[in-house]
Amino acid sequence: MTAETEVLSDSHPAERTERAPRRMSRHVVGWLLASPLTVILAAFLILPIITIVVVSFWGATEFSIYPAFQFDNYEFLFSSPVTYTVFLNTFKYAAITWVCTLLIGFTVAYFLAFHIRSLNWQIALFLLCTIPFWTSNIIRMISWIPFLGRNGIGNTALINAGIIDEPLEWLLYSDFAVILAFVHLYTLFMVVPIFNSMMRIDRSLLEAARDNGASGWQTLWNVVIPLCKPGIMIGTIFVITLVMGDFITVRFMSGSQSANVGRLISNDIGLLQYPSAAATAVVLLCTVLLVIAILMRFVDIRKEL
Amino acid sequence: MTITSKLNRRSVLKGAAAGVAASTLPAPMIWAQNIQEITLRQFGTGVSNLNEVAQKVKEDLGFTLEMTALDSDSVTQRAATQPDSFDIADIEYWICKKVWPTGNLQPMDTSKIDNYDQIVGLFRSGKLTPETDIAQGTAPHTVGFVDGPDGTSFAAEETGWMTLVPTIYNADTLGIRPDLIARPINNWSELLNPEFNGKASILDISSIGIMDMAMVCESMGEISYGDKGNMTREEIDKTFAIFTEAKQNGQFRAFWKTFDESVNLMASGEVVIQSMWSPAITAVKSRGIPCVYQPLEEGYRSWGGGIGLSKSLSGMELDAAYDYINWYLSGWVGGFLMRQGYYSAVPTTSKEYMSDNEWGYWFEGKPASDVITSPFGDELAKAGDTRDGGDFYERMGRVACWNSVMDENQYMVRKWNEFIAA
Repeated sequence: MTAETEVLSDSHPAERTERAPRRMSRHVVGWLLASPLTVILAAFLILPIITIVVVSFWGATEFSIYPAFQFDNYEFLFSSPVTYTVFLNTFKYAAITWVCTLLIGFTVAYFLAFHIRSLNWQIALFLLCTIPFWTSNIIRMISWIPFLGRNGIGNTALINAGIIDEPLEWLLYSDFAVILAFVHLYTLFMVVPIFNSMMRIDRSLLEAARDNGASGWQTLWNVVIPLCKPGIMIGTIFVITLVMGDFITVRFMSGSQSANVGRLISNDIGLLQYPSAAATAVVLLCTVLLVIAILMRFVDIRKEL
Repeated sequence: MTITSKLNRRSVLKGAAAGVAASTLPAPMIWAQNIQEITLRQFGTGVSNLNEVAQKVKEDLGFTLEMTALDSDSVTQRAATQPDSFDIADIEYWICKKVWPTGNLQPMDTSKIDNYDQIVGLFRSGKLTPETDIAQGTAPHTVGFVDGPDGTSFAAEETGWMTLVPTIYNADTLGIRPDLIARPINNWSELLNPEFNGKASILDISSIGIMDMAMVCESMGEISYGDKGNMTREEIDKTFAIFTEAKQNGQFRAFWKTFDESVNLMASGEVVIQSMWSPAITAVKSRGIPCVYQPLEEGYRSWGGGIGLSKSLSGMELDAAYDYINWYLSGWVGGFLMRQGYYSAVPTTSKEYMSDNEWGYWFEGKPASDVITSPFGDELAKAGDTRDGGDFYERMGRVACWNSVMDENQYMVRKWNEFIAA
């Protein structure tokens, strides 16, 4: 819009007198251009979060909530041993999933970026990675259940192959199943940003490393990984926030036998204890923000991008 | 009002009613035209929210019924927090106890309910027959009536203003896989028998799960409760201590929250004994897998559901809702539900919509004289089979407690969360 007005005013000298005030209003134009996003973010992000924070201080009865300013919800949260167990469990899931997705994601991205030479193949294989994402999250997760079950495909195959005599009980409805599902669901979120970072690495740097006598591992450790840091960090943020906020995967894959913070919140909501759910959500939000802040200390994403 | 269904008792009655209406009301035709445009929004748990019912309503009554099926927690939440999102709430009695104080539902005038006198005693006086005892927990009659059209507190006896019109109920017990257990199971305590380590399950809906737990603990002789439906904190603590220990010893394979989950756990053989609902047993059986709804010595845990009207219903919609309730109790739905193993609130009218064989099998507990099929066409029993647990009076007369909400509900829920996280 501003460009258009300038062109107009240049071609019509009669309007030049108006030019000065228009320049002044450029600040206003800038603000106006930024305002739609600001309004949307304020209405759909900031406002709901403020509401959650406010409600977390409210009180609740069996079937209703009432405005108040009390610390009961937080007091209960911090005094209950369940909270600590559950947060610990959430961190455990996040950490293990992070390690697995990072290893797999980095390997896949490395293969795509450095071992596949033709761009067409790269695109084709990359799309192949995304195929499972054409179905819903829940379907991908539930499809593990018949595979891992006591009489499932996995156990039957292992028994037929003579590797085990008794079905493995821990395959399904266990922490193993939960983490397996998480890794399956979220590895792509690691692959994409790392692949993106790798594609930006100047190939002559790798050649230079080799010319200077670096071994493959040394190149990987001293050249590739440092240059992939932003990608790794973005992938990490995705995976950690997704895992820490999840509740349905944990419910299905653990057979409701394990809990994470998300399930705590969903239970509270189910029982109409909104203030208590809000308090838990606020604590979870702060925890995740803290984790991300710590991660940001390691890599300055802004600078690296 | 087009009558498309074949001439039956109902359409004759309806014709008669229309005749009466025509002679008394000034403009009955407006009603007849507008009823086509009425839509009532009903929501409730999956058990009775069936599309077949909505179709039949359209045929018989002319208006549209929109159905939404949700789990018990979501139903409670919606009834309590979104009164404008529904016209008819199909909820359980314990949910009613929780939701009624919000004022989102309006009581119903029993004088407008045709078959009120025929409703089973359980929902009116609380007694199935004059001799039976009233079970523990939130028995339906205790939350079934209020004082008047604006009543907010429950009345102790029949007042003419009903909170919910009963529609469906049953007696629940444990489901077992007889082929994988191969010995008789007679007590609730078997759920925690180490023999079934890693092969047991319980449902993860706190208000119902706690009752199953109580039945088990009582049967084990570990705890004797004052009222299982309204436990003290001490009783709650003891109950969870027993179950937490069992959980940590690996007794449970999984917990289930939805109907389908319970069916899959049982059918796949992951679990051989668990809390279960009657139609889930049916669903397992219809896959050709043996499954028994095992009657136990300590009796049943029972539940009942009914239809409640939203506070915001008025005028023609309210009249349509009363029509719907009267239609509901007039037999067709009752028969439809009873042929799945539930009970209808007015069995006498349902009988007319069931064959003698079906009535004998489901209600009277007699051996089937021919194949028993569900309304969906699945074969449920062969000639000569009898229903688990005997006849209606035998089953409903042995209810040990009703699903309920306790005074210490919040405390119990917190303990439940601890149990899940343990």
